Amino acid sequence: MATHEAHDHHHEQSFVEKYVFSQDHKMIAKQFLITGMIMGIIGVGMSMLFRLQLAWPDHSFPILETLLGKWAPDGVMDPNIYLALVTIHGTIMVFFVLTAGLSGTFSNLLIPLQIGARDMASGFINMLSYWFFFGSSIVMVISLFVESGPASAGWTVYPPLSALPQAIPGSGLGMTLWLVSMSLFIVSSLLGALNYIVTVLNLRTKGMSMTRLPLTIWAFFVTAILGVLSFPVLFSAALLLIFDRSMGTSFYLSDIMVAGELLSNQGGSPVLYQHLFWFLGHPEVYIILLPALGITSEVISTNARKPIFGYRAMVGSILAIAFLSFIVWGHHMFVTGMNPFLGSVFTFTTLLIAIPSAVKAFNYITTLWKGNLRLTPAMLFSIGLVSTFITGGLTGLILGDSALDINVHDTYFVVAHFHIVMGLSAIFGMFAGVYHWFPKMFGRRMIKSLGYVHFWVTFVTAYGVFFPMHFLGMAGLPRRYYTNTSFPMFDDLADINVMVSIFAIVGGIAQLVFIFNFFYSATRGKRASMNPWKSNTLEWTTPVEHIHGNWPGEIPEVHRWAYDYSKPGMEDDFVPQTVPIRENEVETGH
Amino acid sequence: MANEATLHKDTPLWGGGRQPLGVSYGKQMMWFFLLSDALSFSGFLTAMGLYRFKYEETWPVAENVFTHFPFIHGDAPLLFVALMTFILILSSVTMVMAVNAGHHMNRKGVILWLGLTIVGGFFFLGSQAWEWYHFITGDKGAVKMEDSTVLYFSDMEGKIVTLHELVDGTPGVHGEHYYFTTEQVREAFAANESVTLRNPGKTKETYSRKEALSMMSTAEVVQGANMHENEYGNVLFADFFFFVTGFHGTHVFSGVILNIIIFINVIMGTYDKRGHYEMIEKVGLYWHFVDLVWVFVFTFFYLV
Repeated sequence: MATHEAHDHHHEQSFVEKYVFSQDHKMIAKQFLITGMIMGIIGVGMSMLFRLQLAWPDHSFPILETLLGKWAPDGVMDPNIYLALVTIHGTIMVFFVLTAGLSGTFSNLLIPLQIGARDMASGFINMLSYWFFFGSSIVMVISLFVESGPASAGWTVYPPLSALPQAIPGSGLGMTLWLVSMSLFIVSSLLGALNYIVTVLNLRTKGMSMTRLPLTIWAFFVTAILGVLSFPVLFSAALLLIFDRSMGTSFYLSDIMVAGELLSNQGGSPVLYQHLFWFLGHPEVYIILLPALGITSEVISTNARKPIFGYRAMVGSILAIAFLSFIVWGHHMFVTGMNPFLGSVFTFTTLLIAIPSAVKAFNYITTLWKGNLRLTPAMLFSIGLVSTFITGGLTGLILGDSALDINVHDTYFVVAHFHIVMGLSAIFGMFAGVYHWFPKMFGRRMIKSLGYVHFWVTFVTAYGVFFPMHFLGMAGLPRRYYTNTSFPMFDDLADINVMVSIFAIVGGIAQLVFIFNFFYSATRGKRASMNPWKSNTLEWTTPVEHIHGNWPGEIPEVHRWAYDYSKPGMEDDFVPQTVPIRENEVETGH
Repeated sequence: MANEATLHKDTPLWGGGRQPLGVSYGKQMMWFFLLSDALSFSGFLTAMGLYRFKYEETWPVAENVFTHFPFIHGDAPLLFVALMTFILILSSVTMVMAVNAGHHMNRKGVILWLGLTIVGGFFFLGSQAWEWYHFITGDKGAVKMEDSTVLYFSDMEGKIVTLHELVDGTPGVHGEHYYFTTEQVREAFAANESVTLRNPGKTKETYSRKEALSMMSTAEVVQGANMHENEYGNVLFADFFFFVTGFHGTHVFSGVILNIIIFINVIMGTYDKRGHYEMIEKVGLYWHFVDLVWVFVFTFFYLV
């Protein structure tokens, strides 16, 4: 420890050490955030392109030819590139933006700062985690430019489409690069998660007991555990897939004709892949969602000036959600010919998740109830999250029930459900986090008025995009079709598709407001004070200017939980965690 | 660097300011990594179990597959893999001794026991190569039906008859491989009244001579095993055998490399300068894990 401080104060870091191969958790957090934002722009941009196609299938858009070249002759999209865009949009948003971009950014930024540690347990492994993620992003972007087009088997890359290089153009080199990229991503995720877990367990400052941890840390901690347990199974699935692709094994393949020729593969089953994939896939949903919920807990409590309602219930529900997420994967597979009894078991476990989720939703509302609300942009996004979490969660009850799911399986109802409950909630949580901790990250404040514009346009257009999709799904419109003009029964739905696309394009363009606000404020924004939100947690006791090692002197000692807002008998409406319990004061929380 | 919490002995275990259970962050990371790796192996073994039960009829019985032992003629079912397993477990014992010597800061002891562990690791890898070689060349030979099921030749009681015995009446020589054409085999089969076909699975179900003769008219000879075909039965057995033992072998190989790296460090006195031999313990954890996984692989591929 002593050598560490002497070392830092006397050693001038070179540019590369400080900004590129940095081992400082605050810099790595920013690297994750910026990379995630760039990937996010690509992912959202793609969705705007395929929304153009869905709303006006036969119309010629010169911009499509400009962007997609031979894949959009005369400005009309080729079906192959439509599938590719949907696939890469899903992959990028799920893994690169909402897993690495969200968890990577805020776990890195907040874990050491909020638990009172100088840095992550291993700065080197933390750096490796980012660079594996960077490599993975580069490979994924490269795959967009290969001759035969990027991977096109959907973000779940089900075999046989993904296992036979000769199946469709997107099953070729693009698919191989997808697998390489995901392998790098899994390594990155594993290295990051190991670091988060041991840092939370081992490096908490004196007095920071597990029951005094801010809920953000609990969420990141459990997320990391989910990652450590579920990503290796995706890794297994991907390795078997790679063998089927290139070594001629038959793990997932049987009785297949391609171009009139019967393949020699016998005995395998694509359903095996689905089981392995969704064993990751469902926990992955919570890997995305839990950090957003953790951020929301913190932002709502701080800005409602009230202690979080039911701290222990919140921790309990995080743990319960994490446990349940491992025994529900079959609800993605109700139509694979699953035994109806097994389906009912998965229905039961799936509906159980509603209980801890409802605990969280009600606790957010009761925290807000009669609070002294400060509607900062971060607070608005957090409240937006509570809204989408409830709206999307309710349709989850329908999809989790095998008898009901079969009617709307693989329709736009599903698209609406997971975009609202997972996509929007997580992205709102991410925005809330950026607005809330921006002063900590860059020492400056974001422009508030632009934040309000960003929130309201995003919120309205987001519901405008995804709410009508419920009706499309109920009417039977299948997902992943590049056009529905061949089916007369869907003609009536064309207008809804146009409306959805308009909302999508407006909402997408509105994100430019955020991008501008982010980069402008990062360089020219107003200087922030040390504790701009009058918050209790430890990160606001560090100096505005970042220093390696976080605190100039001793690490502060913690005496209370993180949620002593508006505590009766105290002169301020917040009591930082570092303030000792007074005489006659009753410790709240745990 | 910034990786040790300030120690306060007076605070409760999980109260912050100290390492819970006194486990350093590095050792803890290794434990969580192993947990993660265990789930990878679980994925493979579960998948294997799924197919094993789906294809119980055609799934090979290990005693019929792994019958060779170096310098021994005749059948020695599972003897060689038992030796391999014994060596690997022995290398775990030597690793424990190395960790123990490390606790006592006994450098010479660490060098001895870690050296033996490395030798054990190489011995295991070599044995695995030998095992693969014999699995790939094959020794019995079988026939593949039109629907890709593989059947053995056997006498009427279900005792396996190899292609050698069928075609030229000799038991054949281990490690040497002769290719018989489908024509040769069909002729020999038609001529030999006491031979029929049987399932490779546990049930040993034999076919009547009449059925077998009609089935032989479309059958093809299979010799040896690879990713596409497997003379011992279901091709998925070969796929999983190569994949899972290969994945495990890669782990052993990485383990040997790690052992060699820390071995060099021990000789150079790195850990004496550091004041503790915890690195031996961390790599030791990995080594024991790889051994433990082998016990599962051994159980599921060879024993049950």
